[in-house]
Amino acid sequence: MTPEEIARLLQDTFPDAITDVAMGTPQPYVVVAAVRWPQVAYFLRDDPRLGFNMLRCLSGVDRPAKNELEAVYDLIAMRPADAGPDAYWLAASVFAVVVRVDRARPRIPSVAGVWPAADWHEREAYDLFGIVFEGHPDSVEDHDGLHPRRILCPDDWAGYPLRKDYLFPIEYHGIPGTTEYEMPNPVH
Amino acid sequence: MSWIENRFEDGLIVTSLDWAINWARQNSIWPVTFGIACCAIEMMATGASRFDIDRFGAGAFRPTPRQADLMIVAGTVTYKMASRVKRLYNQMADPKYVMAMGACTVGGGPYFKHGYHVVKGVDLIIPVDIYVPGCPPRPEALLEGLMRLQDKIRRETIARKTTVRENDEW
Repeated sequence: MTPEEIARLLQDTFPDAITDVAMGTPQPYVVVAAVRWPQVAYFLRDDPRLGFNMLRCLSGVDRPAKNELEAVYDLIAMRPADAGPDAYWLAASVFAVVVRVDRARPRIPSVAGVWPAADWHEREAYDLFGIVFEGHPDSVEDHDGLHPRRILCPDDWAGYPLRKDYLFPIEYHGIPGTTEYEMPNPVH
Repeated sequence: MSWIENRFEDGLIVTSLDWAINWARQNSIWPVTFGIACCAIEMMATGASRFDIDRFGAGAFRPTPRQADLMIVAGTVTYKMASRVKRLYNQMADPKYVMAMGACTVGGGPYFKHGYHVVKGVDLIIPVDIYVPGCPPRPEALLEGLMRLQDKIRRETIARKTTVRENDEW
């Protein structure tokens, strides 16, 4: 199915969940409301016409001008190329979904139960952007609330490094964070 | 060698003994396999047949720091890894040496300006004896660093303690 057909099918099935459609970009996507995202995700995976059984990538995007954080889900439908014994799998169709949330309180329902790849990708998106994926299977509770466990930075890291307004740490457990240590105006 | 430290003047009695002990130590520096990132590839190349670190006696890479003399920190050290580096350094027995291999361990390397998670030089964590610059340093450069370390060991004497003891927090 072409991306336009997929977008039309989604809009017919979920008229209130699809808020925006962008087909002219190199990676065609639809924008899904965060609260309805798990329903749309199950539909994308289980519907026989679509069958997006693999989440190839989950990317986080920081848009400070619009005060939004985005999560971009790169989905592909893997099909066997032919039915023979040496059948290899091809990406039959490619689609993307964008979920936009407010930067002050970024919360997206987790789809780790839909695609297993979302488990670590959501942990990374939390670690580097601060998007809290509710219902993630590997969540921990601390002063930031209930959130997925960090995957790249240490568990007691402060801040979300890939945000545009991130301030570099001055020191971490006694190790200086910059060679401009104790200078009054460090320039990073 | 506490029974002889600072008891006699330099050069007295111990010169031949120094020569023998230093000759043995410098020609059997056993490194611990501590390849963290890309410099590990060059360390492996140095251990392989073309550049053969074993002809210096340093080809016996030990998996455990407790049996090793030299820690070649090969690769970028992150904050998450810093506590482990310190712990492994503490587990090495004296006399021990540290070689900072590659630009990242010497002073942060290419991540010096924008690396939020990179320790800007491993000497912020553990004391370093030899710095080998390069990104990554060629095997010849690593062998040059090893030979400089051998020179450093040759200058040691059992009448003076040369190792550094520090407060261990991690």
